[in-house]
Amino acid sequence: MTARILIVTVLLLSGMSLFAIDTEEPFDDPQLQARYDQLIDEFRCLVCQNQPISDSNAGLAVDLRREIHRMISEGASDAQVRSFLVERYGDFVLYRPPFKPTTWLLWAAPFLLVAAGLTIAIVILRRRREMVSAADTIDTDEDTTGAL
Amino acid sequence: MKLRFLIPLLVLTVLVGFSWAGLYRDPGLVPSPFVGKPAPRLNLPEIRNPERIISNDDFLGQVSLLNVWATWCVGCRQEHDTLLRIARLGVVPIYGLNYKDNRDNALAWLDQLGDPYVATAFDGDGLVSIDWGVYGAPETFLIGPDGTVLYKHVAPLTWETWSDELLPRVLDARKNLQ
Repeated sequence: MTARILIVTVLLLSGMSLFAIDTEEPFDDPQLQARYDQLIDEFRCLVCQNQPISDSNAGLAVDLRREIHRMISEGASDAQVRSFLVERYGDFVLYRPPFKPTTWLLWAAPFLLVAAGLTIAIVILRRRREMVSAADTIDTDEDTTGAL
Repeated sequence: MKLRFLIPLLVLTVLVGFSWAGLYRDPGLVPSPFVGKPAPRLNLPEIRNPERIISNDDFLGQVSLLNVWATWCVGCRQEHDTLLRIARLGVVPIYGLNYKDNRDNALAWLDQLGDPYVATAFDGDGLVSIDWGVYGAPETFLIGPDGTVLYKHVAPLTWETWSDELLPRVLDARKNLQ
């Protein structure tokens, strides 16, 4: 039974490569292939903007994959490939925008929000403790008056 | 003390403001990084007579439009009449950049629909268009007399976009020329 499940799983998984969108020849060097796979995942396809170019059938995505493939096989560095695309399509092509004056708020926003939330929480907690201790003293006052 | 209650309202107003503005922005329009910079290299055969090479030198000394088009592009068909009208005005020469197309189809298109272009560069494999950052035909570049990209319009040209966005810039660039 387990053997059967295993065989079926292997057969199902072996079909996965048929669904791959990338039509470029794989590199002989697995290191180059890994860099290529990572790079094409990093860039936005400008025709279908919510897909990286690794995941798009659009003609432009096919062409850009071919260009990136060519650049890597000619020995270009990751930075060279990135600047090739940014020069032509702007920062918009990057899913991870660079840190610069127009984007610093974008990058800092999560930290600013956490800092703001913590400040508010601390202020509220402090105030609540003051109120509790104030209430305690009132309680004891009442107790004493009740006893009298 | 009362001002404290205004803070959430203020935050909400800012959020609504951003979202409202976002409703009217077209995410398909990506600003061209070439505006204000020298035009990327162009060196392609003319579609009718491939011996003639169209290069950046063609743009020097005059204000020109470069229109990226293809026969498979529906938007290009839509804007074609506008291009013909602009060409008839004689205010600015329009160069064509035929993008990832079949030469015969492209020639048939120009013969049947009319040819608004002073010359059309043929970029069959689309490699030069990648250098120009073309991502969705039709696109129209406005190129100054020194070969810099002055403006880029993405989407089919209409008479309104021509008279509101392009014509003022064409006239402005021509003023500097004289």
